[in-house]
This record gives sequence, structure tokens and C-alpha cells, in this order.
Amino acid sequence: MRRPRPGAGSRVMRCGVVSFPGSLDDADTVHALTDVLGFEGVPLWHKDRDLHGVDWILLPGGFSYGDYLRSGALARFAPVMDTVIEFARSGGLVMGLCNGFQVLCEAGLLPGALVRNRSMMFVCDAVHLRVERNDTPFTGACEPGERLVLPIKHGEGCYVADDATLRRIEENGQVVVRYVDANGETTDAANPNGSLNNIAGVVNDAGNVFGMMPHAEHACEGLSGLRDGAKFFRSVDSWLKNGGRA
Amino acid sequence: MQAKVYVTPKAGVLDPAGKATERALHSLGFVGVHDVRLGRYITMEIDGDPADVTARVDDMCRQLLANGVIEDYRFELAESSEQ
Repeated sequence: MRRPRPGAGSRVMRCGVVSFPGSLDDADTVHALTDVLGFEGVPLWHKDRDLHGVDWILLPGGFSYGDYLRSGALARFAPVMDTVIEFARSGGLVMGLCNGFQVLCEAGLLPGALVRNRSMMFVCDAVHLRVERNDTPFTGACEPGERLVLPIKHGEGCYVADDATLRRIEENGQVVVRYVDANGETTDAANPNGSLNNIAGVVNDAGNVFGMMPHAEHACEGLSGLRDGAKFFRSVDSWLKNGGRA
Repeated sequence: MQAKVYVTPKAGVLDPAGKATERALHSLGFVGVHDVRLGRYITMEIDGDPADVTARVDDMCRQLLANGVIEDYRFELAESSEQ
């Protein structure tokens, strides 16, 4: 894991938020980080090759490049992604939400892929999630097995992977959040998009790259009626301030 | 040359669009139809000799046109019709 720079403990955590053409949650993410949570969201442009010294990176939701070809497929080749991939490979923390999750899968930074919802319907709803691990940089502020409620809004959020990959990520504990019902059970009815094993979010093998379909950035203040999303950002802040510990 | 690229869902990978299309065919009365799979057909004009073009199109498929996690691809080359 990349160590925060000296003095990181005493200053405001800076998160680079990438805007691709067609991103639509980038401004909301910067707002949540900066205005609501008191961190600093730093807008990064898709043509940037410089990360402007940010501590970690977030790829936001939206429809980058119109979702042409496949969701996230074209964004993966934006100039900024070379730098993001290098940052991730050197241990930097990277989170992708919704379209950002799709981009991370297309870039090969996360296992699996996201395809059309099994229902063929775009879903816009609040869903229950169960936190499977709280020893990641992204979930340290959660209790083990904690249930959260977050919004989703996507047409292509069905997580798929081949049998060997699915087995590997389950055995490695790379599934971080799952869709559950109000009782915390992974039922079919609680699965909004047909994802295998009710998977809502995964980390890479090294644990420094995380993607999920639900929108943490839309659940940080009273406006949306949901606040659990803030836990993901506070987790990253604590991780960085503690020098790479949950 | 002209390249015709066919990108299809891998066997075993869920294809919700194919399933929905299959159900629509059934509701239209087309019986005995199953395993409908939806893919993508891409054409392009590309300069170069056949060996070179084959290598380049294969590279394009692996890097961008198909996602190896969920899709297979194959392609055909033909002389461009306008030549």
C-alpha cells in the first residue's frame, strides 16, 4: 500500500475525482467530499496526466463516452487512465462507483465485468447492502456484517465472472459488499440486477482498488435521506491518516 | 481491405438481452426457438496486406472491440468492394 506523505495526518485528505465526457456524478462527488464531509475533492480532467498530488482517486458514475461499445470500455483509454492505472499498480487507493466500477473492470484493475441487468430494466432504487469485510481501506469505518442502505441507478450492473474467477475472488474474500434483504439475507428478490452471488462490490487481489455499483456519494447528507455512503469516504480518510491501516 | 468482426457473449455468460429477445419471439408465436444470443457486428476498412491486417484486427479485438471476460470474437477479411 502507498504510504501517505509525511504530515498527511494533520491535513485534509485530497481525493482526485475524474471527469470523462459523459460522467454525471463527478460534481456531486466533489460536493459530497468537499462541502459535506470536509475533505477536498479535486476535479481531474480525462486529458490530465498529472494527478495534482492527490492522496487517492475516485472514478464517478455516469455514462462515459455514451456507454458506446460497452460501459466503461472507451473511458479506459482516456489519457488520465494511464496515470490512474500506474497509481493503482503502485498501491494507490482507487475507488470506482457505478460507471467507475465498470471502467475499473474494463481496465483490468478489477476482476469480472458488468453486463445488462437481468431484468433488462434500468433500476433506480435504495438497496440494502451487507459489508462482508471491514479490513479494507474502503470499509474500515463499518462493523463486520454491517447493513447499509445506498441508492443505485444503473442499467448495466449485473456482475459476472467466469467460474474460476468467481471461486477465486470468493476464496480470497474480495467480495466487499453484497445485495441483501432487510434481514441481511442474500435472496434473489434482494438482488436488483442479477449479479452473481449478489455481488455489489469487489476489491482487487492487493486490496487497494475497489468498485461497487451503489452510489456512496449520493448518501452523505440529509437531502437524499440516506447517509451510509459517508462511511466509505471516512474509511479511506482513516486509512490514509493511520498510514495504511483500517 | 474490409474486416468484418463478430463479437458474441461467451458460452455460459448470462445474456439478458438475448433472453428478452427470445421471450419476445415466443410471444410472437415463433415456437422451437431457444438459446438466442445477441452479439455485435463491426465492419471497417483497413489498409495493409492480409497478414498485417489480420494481426492488427486481432490486436484491436483483444484491446478494445471485445471484452475477453465476457465475449468471444472472430473476424473475416475481404477485398474492399469499391476497389
